[in-house]
Amino acid sequence: MAKTILPYIISGISVGGQYALIAIGYTMVYGILRLINFAHGDVFMVAGLMMVYMAASMPLYIAIPLMIVLTVLLGFLIERVAYRPLRTAPRMSVMISAIGVSYLIQNLALYITGGLNKNYPTIPWISDRVTVFGMETSRVTIITPFLTIILVVLLVQLINHTKIGMAMRAVSLNFETSQLMGIRINNVISATFIIGTFLAAVGSMLFFTNYPGVVPTSGAMPGLKAFVAAVFGGIGSIPGAVIGAFIIGIAESLIKGLDTILIVQGTISEQIGFATFSDAFTFILLIIVLVFKPTGLFGEKTTDKV
Amino acid sequence: MLEVKDLHVSYGGIRALRGVNLEVPDGKIVTLIGANGAGKSTMLRTISGLVKAESGSVLYNGKELIGMPINKILEEGIAMVPEGRRVFTNLTVLENLKIGAYLRNDKAGIQKDIEWVYELFPRLQERSWQMAGTLSGGEQQMLAVGRALMSRPKLMMMDEPSLGLAPLVVKGIFDIIREINRQGVTVLLIEQNANMALKTADLAYVLETGEITLQGSGAELLTNEAIKKAYLGE
Repeated sequence: MAKTILPYIISGISVGGQYALIAIGYTMVYGILRLINFAHGDVFMVAGLMMVYMAASMPLYIAIPLMIVLTVLLGFLIERVAYRPLRTAPRMSVMISAIGVSYLIQNLALYITGGLNKNYPTIPWISDRVTVFGMETSRVTIITPFLTIILVVLLVQLINHTKIGMAMRAVSLNFETSQLMGIRINNVISATFIIGTFLAAVGSMLFFTNYPGVVPTSGAMPGLKAFVAAVFGGIGSIPGAVIGAFIIGIAESLIKGLDTILIVQGTISEQIGFATFSDAFTFILLIIVLVFKPTGLFGEKTTDKV
Repeated sequence: MLEVKDLHVSYGGIRALRGVNLEVPDGKIVTLIGANGAGKSTMLRTISGLVKAESGSVLYNGKELIGMPINKILEEGIAMVPEGRRVFTNLTVLENLKIGAYLRNDKAGIQKDIEWVYELFPRLQERSWQMAGTLSGGEQQMLAVGRALMSRPKLMMMDEPSLGLAPLVVKGIFDIIREINRQGVTVLLIEQNANMALKTADLAYVLETGEITLQGSGAELLTNEAIKKAYLGE
């Protein structure tokens, strides 16, 4: 029994880690701008595509850092061009701008790739097959959760113990008072986008290694799942987004394996097709969270003493 | 010295300030009193750079502040204690003080000033590690003042420091204002609590619907019949 479930849990933790790296970008941007950055999933996809094209023309040890730098630059530019001019506009306008950027990126990707599936390059070492607990998997599955946790710990240190981190927390509470302290909020917001896209770029490497390829809509589903994870954990909260992502990753993976698990257990005798519902589960979860606990697991309370 | 000359400011069609002239001499406590909506807050927000002026000028030691970014105005030595205190409730008391010194890089100096603020407000030291959101209203006001002092201002502007505080606490705040002034910081104070403000101030201005209607020493205005009627409730 345990032997049947374990592989699904391990792969779930791994997928959860990948979602977490994307979810942090959503939750940090929301924390500061109260904006759901719909383009974030597409930036993640672009990171995948850039890797495809660059790995074809240069060695990986140049392609990987270059891909990360260019993705970060893209995230930075999106904020500069599409969100910053709307800083004093109603929040809805910024959100519509974000949706526009999302479609623009998807369509540009469609134009460039012709809509064809682009094979993701094999990154040596992390794509190697390894055997853990008697199951065979690629090394990236094992590395992902550890790498995720290391990055999250570093990020939390940055936010809680550095000057820029302190400024981020201040800006997330109140723009105007932060400005009175001499903080240039635009710089802080840029820093937030840079961190968020950096994590998404790393996440894209881990994610696409396990998938056959990248298409222009590749960012949509993981982006949505990560967004649900951020809402589930309480949007605005980094630990919340990470825990939410792991829960969703594991649950999804278990549902995918539910047929096999139940057959081994002897509850059912043939495939029922639970796996089809693994995506649906995530969104049912979103609805349940929004109905019963809209602030999520660690969401900010609205009862601030003023 | 801060000199405001013929300052006009509009807010979405409403003319909040209509040609205001005032002076804040170095080393003094100057107060600006007036009813709700007279334009007092607009005045401070314009000086600190949060609000754009339509015309006129704000000179600080001869330098034009209008058009200067907020952080540069702070670097010139003008700090503000905003209305409603606006401490960072999600930061600790100590972090609130540190963020007040955001533009400074002299670690030793900052540490010394934290101790100076703790000396002025021993309560803050006791609560150094608490989240600022857990402080009482009076303590938050102390923290807001301490935070402004951390930028080592030459001029501190305060927007309604007595708002929503118990009379005893208000008295404590005004004692502190005098103490800070004695230590060399010029103070520009906005108040609805005209009685307290006039007793504390060296120089006072009365602002009514965007215009200065009266000015004089605090003591003079305290005995002015019109002021007594309109602002002191006598």
